[in-house]
Amino acid sequence: MKSARSQSSRMHTPTKAPTGIVGFDEITGGGLPSRRTTLLMGGPGSGKTIFALQFLVHGAQHRKEPGIFVAFEESSKRIVANAESFGWNLADLRRKKLYFMDAQPMADMVQSGNFDLSGMLAALDAKTREMGTRRIVIDALDVVLALLPDATAKRREVYRLHEWLLERELSGIITAKADGDETSSFSQQPFGFMQFMVDCAVILNHSVVMGVSQRNLRVQKYRGSSFDENESPFLIGTSGLEVDATRTLGRVNAKVSNERVSSGVERLDTMLGGGYYRGASVLITGFPGTAKTTLAGAFAAAACARSERTLFVSFDSDSNEVVRDLASVGIRLDRYQKNGCLRMASARTITGSAETYLVRIKTLATEHAARCLVIDPMSTWSKSGNDSNAHSVAERLTDWSKANGITLVCTSLLDEMSSQTEGGSSSLQISTLADTWIQLSYLMQAGERNRGLSIIKSRGTAHSNQVRELVLSDSGVTLADTYTAGGEVLMGTLRWEKESAERVANEVKEVATRLKRVKLDAEEAELEVRVKSLQVELQAKHVEKALMIQTTKSREGELSRGRTRMEELRGADVPIPGRK
Amino acid sequence: MKGHPLFKFRLYVAGDALNSAQARVNFSAICRAHLLDRHEIEIVDVFREPKRALADGIFMTPTLIKLTPAPVRRIVGTLSQMPIVLQALGLEDQAI
Repeated sequence: MKSARSQSSRMHTPTKAPTGIVGFDEITGGGLPSRRTTLLMGGPGSGKTIFALQFLVHGAQHRKEPGIFVAFEESSKRIVANAESFGWNLADLRRKKLYFMDAQPMADMVQSGNFDLSGMLAALDAKTREMGTRRIVIDALDVVLALLPDATAKRREVYRLHEWLLERELSGIITAKADGDETSSFSQQPFGFMQFMVDCAVILNHSVVMGVSQRNLRVQKYRGSSFDENESPFLIGTSGLEVDATRTLGRVNAKVSNERVSSGVERLDTMLGGGYYRGASVLITGFPGTAKTTLAGAFAAAACARSERTLFVSFDSDSNEVVRDLASVGIRLDRYQKNGCLRMASARTITGSAETYLVRIKTLATEHAARCLVIDPMSTWSKSGNDSNAHSVAERLTDWSKANGITLVCTSLLDEMSSQTEGGSSSLQISTLADTWIQLSYLMQAGERNRGLSIIKSRGTAHSNQVRELVLSDSGVTLADTYTAGGEVLMGTLRWEKESAERVANEVKEVATRLKRVKLDAEEAELEVRVKSLQVELQAKHVEKALMIQTTKSREGELSRGRTRMEELRGADVPIPGRK
Repeated sequence: MKGHPLFKFRLYVAGDALNSAQARVNFSAICRAHLLDRHEIEIVDVFREPKRALADGIFMTPTLIKLTPAPVRRIVGTLSQMPIVLQALGLEDQAI
């Protein structure tokens, strides 16, 4: 029972020895197998020595695990000199925690008959006890194996070494040259059996595709551990190897945000219903000269104005040129550059693989703690031999920036040859990854080219489906409504002409209306006057009529009264009825 | 045979491993045949004196070092191929 518990507690001691190589520990879930042997294979110049040395340096520096480097090929002096640029402080480490053993076969050495590596192991034993070594690297074992006369002897020595490593419980790396990148060929090589023997095998691959160097790393086997089985690109950076770990499952923890960030163009924000989403990836495509950079620059300026740290990576032009060019359209980036909010990085893509740039961009963005990232343009990645992996690089960049909540704006050049239509974006096919896709285009009309902007898609956002005209002036970028007349979209001068024609027509119409109104007013007034005079006349007639009636009445009365009076005066008889 | 210089050798062996034992046997035979009474051999066991192996840069065993006369020569292996060994030691004319 007791022993079982101690057994299990031993099982729980860390079984992995971190390598300190960015990304590699993620692929392997913690590093190389601890107290076991790893075989590192690769062609010449594939980075085996640096990988192995970094493993030792990390152990010595951060893990209190002293290490021994057995150099069969290069002299330790040269290895140390070559590694100087990585800032590993080897001179300091060598005093106590790192020992280099020069074991290069001497040039004038004569060999006769069989031999074994007992001498080396005895020497290593002594050194291991003295230093308390935990990690060991046997660099270029193939050099010494090549001296052995037959396959049996080679095999025997490899087993001897392996046994020794296991017995001493050292975390070991054995590096060996391997030609070609096909894994099948390894087993045919004299030391191919090593792959079966060791607990972990890593293959480094350095190939050149259309003149562009591509470095890949693949974990071929790892006993007792899950690992990323795919090839992962890596590069030799300023502080050693950097492996670009493809996002593994469970690491997707993109912070989905409802927050909107301004695109830098007010009308565009309106079109997008408030701007881009934070953490979204935005793609701006268009032909050369359609103001892709300007739009991206506007975004950068807006981000800096909100004091968000921004990284602007320019592949086509020098960063100073970009700043100057953008200043001409009223986007002033220099002040943000000065206060450190904006970092401009320029990277020409004449050489260098997409992978290299990806890792560099990630490093730069991390260093700068960028919240907004502009890549201008991303399409250069697919040039010069990067066709095959540019898409995956773009994908990983998108994923990475999403996972880190970085708002990514990338421009992409549309190739005149490949894509006359909107749909055929680019070989990058990043359009499917982008959350918002803005298309810039030219409209040729009446001897002018005018820039049009439309939103092809914008996930999760209500957006305008109208084409707007993008107007660049020295005061900035504005969007103007295009003019639709008779089923035709008008832009530029035509729009302006049409607009002014419309204005004139409107004015004329207005004047005419006013004139007519005045006239009508006059007529109305006239009529009113006439109505008034007629009314007066009518009144007069009324009066006249009334007067007349009155006069008649009084006359009749007068008449009858007069008659009676006359009769009285005459003393006439009372008239007898029936007699006249 | 007079006037010939004294040969000093050092033979590094790994205990009584097969290769090392073979080298000892082969080398004694060579000495008996060609350098009778004018050689000195020091045998170093790397298991007993690992620091010395480390200091002398001995990684492959067995290794034979001819210290004098100059030039210093190293021969690695069981010393089984006589002509090669003799040539390396500058004794090929005596082999005939």
